[in-house]
Amino acid sequence: MPGLEDLYREIILDHYRNPRNRGELETPPALRVEGFNPLCGDEIVLYLDFDADGGVADIRISGQGCSISQSSASMMSAAVKGKSVVEIDDLTRAFKAMMSIHENTLEGAETTEAIDAPEVKLGDLEALRGVVKFPVRIKCATLAWNTLAQGIEEASA
Amino acid sequence: MVISLDPIDGTAMKAQFPLLSRDVHGKPIVYLDSAATSQKPLAVLDAMDDYYRTINSNVHRGVYMIAEEATNRMEIARALLRDFLGARSSSEIIFTKNATEALNLVALGWGRANLVAGDVVVLSHMEHHANIVPWHMLVAEIGIELRWIPLDNEGRLDLTDLDTLLNGAKVLSVTAMSNVLGTINPVRTLTDAARKAGAISIIDGCQSVPHSATNVQELGADFVAFSGHKMCGPTGIGVLYGREELLEAMPPFLGGGEMIRDVRLDGFTTNDLPWKFEAGTPPIAEIIGLGAAVEWLNGVGMDNIRAHEIALTDYTISTLHERFGDRIRIHGPSSPAERGGVFSFDFDGLHPHDISQVLDQHAVCVRAGHHCAKPLMKLLGIGATARASVYVYNDTADIDALADALDATGAFFTL
Repeated sequence: MPGLEDLYREIILDHYRNPRNRGELETPPALRVEGFNPLCGDEIVLYLDFDADGGVADIRISGQGCSISQSSASMMSAAVKGKSVVEIDDLTRAFKAMMSIHENTLEGAETTEAIDAPEVKLGDLEALRGVVKFPVRIKCATLAWNTLAQGIEEASA
Repeated sequence: MVISLDPIDGTAMKAQFPLLSRDVHGKPIVYLDSAATSQKPLAVLDAMDDYYRTINSNVHRGVYMIAEEATNRMEIARALLRDFLGARSSSEIIFTKNATEALNLVALGWGRANLVAGDVVVLSHMEHHANIVPWHMLVAEIGIELRWIPLDNEGRLDLTDLDTLLNGAKVLSVTAMSNVLGTINPVRTLTDAARKAGAISIIDGCQSVPHSATNVQELGADFVAFSGHKMCGPTGIGVLYGREELLEAMPPFLGGGEMIRDVRLDGFTTNDLPWKFEAGTPPIAEIIGLGAAVEWLNGVGMDNIRAHEIALTDYTISTLHERFGDRIRIHGPSSPAERGGVFSFDFDGLHPHDISQVLDQHAVCVRAGHHCAKPLMKLLGIGATARASVYVYNDTADIDALADALDATGAFFTL
């Protein structure tokens, strides 16, 4: 049975208590994009400054949510700030692969390695791996990433 | 702490609910989410099991013995509900799949037939989505106007401008008790005001009918909707009480078998009440299960249940305040006489998901989220709350377990 320490790793609690890149950026030039988790009422607002090539030059986060969604957003912001579109895309795919549930995970087996995840170092984000053992919380962890993807899509449209 | 007389021994009561004897994470379960759904006593489980084992057959069709018996038991359940609610006739008891469908039946059934563009429907700021969204659908479809009864700072309806809000209104639709704040509303005052203004009144009884004696005639309501699964009955069954004259004048909601008297190539004639509103094979086992729940509740006594919950509400509010002081904020009225056993709270500034996740490790089941009342959450200025709610089988030991688990939650996140 997964315990609380699988979910609430120390590094997650650190990002929850001391969130990175919290705040707002002036719009425009920044793009403002909102994400909601309709099941629990969590909401996240991302402010994104893009560089000339479409990479994320700067990022700020506001909104409210649980420790998992807040810390995931904080870690995400630290991971993507200053990265190119391609690097962010790789990170996003690697993170989502880590978050994907496979049938054997649902039956209680250990998490399987993601099948087509790019070769990317997830760093602090690895701490969120335990979330897959708590399926209802996966949406909390992916909210910031889905919102980022939406922002990048809007910016390139 | 206030000591109130409690006619119910929660510990003895638990023995009648098989689920409450199980463990969660190696600890005895502490179930505090009855506002979402109640647990089921053995009497209800047995009644449903017996139906499937001995008389399973379709109702109102077969002429053979077990089909007659199934029909009888279903209609006995309807009569039990008629008496439970103080309705004048079994024709006024419509079975639906849940309270949401019951509210939709009135809003869309009565509403489409009687409302035109510009007509006013009055709701309150504490409604469940089920009593908001069907009306929003009529705003889009017909162009009706919605008005909202505001709340005071303790989460009670602010009735200062009620007559102005109801001026020219066709419908008043409000909850008898908030599923978030626990506030018990003055239903008779509301229905009297509606009648005076020429509006029909609809009462969402989901949180009130399971917890206190209900008499629809004393309430003065035209319609009352509630669910079976919150009152010790099964899921998949809800009830709509409607005044017979209004139901007679309404067009049918869904069409199909059971709801017709005659079908021709050029049309159909509807069946009598209540079957006019019960298209298709009904949830027979669930209706029989709900009937058994009503008998069981009658055996305990609805006034005893209310007294038990007032005592437990007293205990809960004083225990949580004594142990946590300013660390906890319980929403809704502070007086147990004005509220039911539903406690939405903020604790230590923690997110409700995190609270309920840690509580779960201590086998304490509470709800976290917006409780299908997003307009209310916005009014309260919060995204979500944790909510503990009690029923007939809870006792002070459950509240102590909640407090202990909250203690552990606070410690876990402040390390």
